[in-house]
Amino acid sequence: MTRGAVACTLVYLSLIAATVVVLLPLAAVVLTSLKSEQEMAGDSGALALPDDLLNFGNYATAFQDGRMLSAFANTAIILLFAIGGTVLIGSMTAYAIDRFTFRFKKLVVALFLVAALVPGVTTQVATFQIVNSFGLFDSLWAPIVLYMGTDIVSIYIFLQFVRSIPTSLDEAARLDGANAFTIYRKIIFPLLKPAIATVVIVKGITTYNDFYIPFLYMPSEDLGVISTSLFRFKGPFGAHWETISAGAVLVILPTLIVFLLLQRFIYNGFMKGATR
Amino acid sequence: MTDTTTEKAAAKAPTGAVGAPEPAPAPRPARLWRGATPWLFLLAPLALLIVFTYAPIANMVAYSFTDWDGVSPELHYTGAENYAELFTRSDLFEVFWVSGYYLAASVLQIVAALYFATILSFNVRFRNFFKGVLFFPYLINGVAIGFVFLYFFQDGGTLDSVLGLLGVETDRAWLGTPESANTSLAAVSVWRYLGLNFVLFLGAIQSIPGDLYEAAELDGANRWQQFRYIIAPGIKPVLSLTVILSISGSLSVFEIPYIMTGGATGTETFVIQTVKLAFQFNKTGLASAAAVVLLLIVLAVTWVQRRLVPDDKVDLA
Repeated sequence: MTRGAVACTLVYLSLIAATVVVLLPLAAVVLTSLKSEQEMAGDSGALALPDDLLNFGNYATAFQDGRMLSAFANTAIILLFAIGGTVLIGSMTAYAIDRFTFRFKKLVVALFLVAALVPGVTTQVATFQIVNSFGLFDSLWAPIVLYMGTDIVSIYIFLQFVRSIPTSLDEAARLDGANAFTIYRKIIFPLLKPAIATVVIVKGITTYNDFYIPFLYMPSEDLGVISTSLFRFKGPFGAHWETISAGAVLVILPTLIVFLLLQRFIYNGFMKGATR
Repeated sequence: MTDTTTEKAAAKAPTGAVGAPEPAPAPRPARLWRGATPWLFLLAPLALLIVFTYAPIANMVAYSFTDWDGVSPELHYTGAENYAELFTRSDLFEVFWVSGYYLAASVLQIVAALYFATILSFNVRFRNFFKGVLFFPYLINGVAIGFVFLYFFQDGGTLDSVLGLLGVETDRAWLGTPESANTSLAAVSVWRYLGLNFVLFLGAIQSIPGDLYEAAELDGANRWQQFRYIIAPGIKPVLSLTVILSISGSLSVFEIPYIMTGGATGTETFVIQTVKLAFQFNKTGLASAAAVVLLLIVLAVTWVQRRLVPDDKVDLA
């Protein structure tokens, strides 16, 4: 073999190795989720095929006893309000900062800039007291306002986009007698669609996956979201790995579907989000 | 990329702001209204920003000098006592060493991400498949990842089965000793976050114009030289950003160890400890001091990075 062919083989080998490392832990969980209790008791090993590949009993158990339905509903409500709020707040901030000059503009910009550097996990000790004093503790509103109020990344994304909209559009509308709100509502906001799509995807996935905030602020079982409801599997299903696995697969599945459908947007969105 | 647009925006802003040339100076109320317009847009965002970001920071600093328990109406000013306790009680400070495992893991993670980004930027068959596989773990719910890997590491679980297939019989409790548990958890964190680094690097590499490689190839540069002289300089900003994210990420690890071990067997991280101090032991004062220390460290790291890589695009307006 020539040197090039060897190198090429090594490249593919490394890619296949990485694929195995990524997929094997997930495959084992999918296999386990299809096994019956008896099979789990028999010492067949994690990678043995289940007897019945269509045994979805564990999924039913996980869905009902694990209260996944209410978890999906709570998550959906939070997603709806948090994303809607983030889009409104982010686009309004971006419009105000990019299209107006006003006193203390530099200070306002600096406030948003510095806030982006503060890691949210560190301040929860004190944020908790504030959320509590508003009476929002143990309600769906706690995560909603926190997701809305502390998302600087989407403001960045909107700002980059507002800049690319020519100001001549604003001016033309202004000559036609439109005021600032009409311009925002009728011109800027509709043109922001690509940025909105990015924010919705990135925010949607991170909100769906967040564990820390719902865990801290919504201890009631009725208010479980995807993450916290799955976390509670640890107790009652203790050693029932077939049920826990089914729960995990139920949580991962929607993400996988969204990822397969929206791949390109997701790569771009997370890239913009991280590099700002 | 932003630099040029910024300048343009800055040059445009004044005209855009005052709007179209006024035929005559507007009457007073109208002008007042115009001055208030941006503030009306900023009202809600600023209120949320101050209430949920700046007020907590201010409160946290204030709490850190008290003995408050988080519930009682009474609290006493204790000076720097909490900070002294934090730095002198070795068991409180030891958790920082756990970050070392994650820091070491993130070095590996960056190298691996760079490697995969480089090879997948060239023409490789099934490129999109490999890209998707490498990135997908980053999108998975943290609790699900925790369970997947609890099963992976448990006695007779995935890892033991694989090793059994390869003819290696192990009797090891992977999460049983501090060293083994922390190494395993750090490995899970690599599994989870590699994809983000990889996609960032890949994006940076692909934004390098293709004809640069062609020119280099004509000049007889091999793959390594292409990497060294074209790719490496091209991804420097993203690399420095990744290093920062890795350092602050390693210091504030929470989800994976909390979900998988709850901080048992020496896997407690700084954030887990802070959360326990605040919400289990009601030591809000001490927990605040700990959070302030962590915040200062993270800000210091970021500041150092900004100084080292000044051409980073971090402008907001």
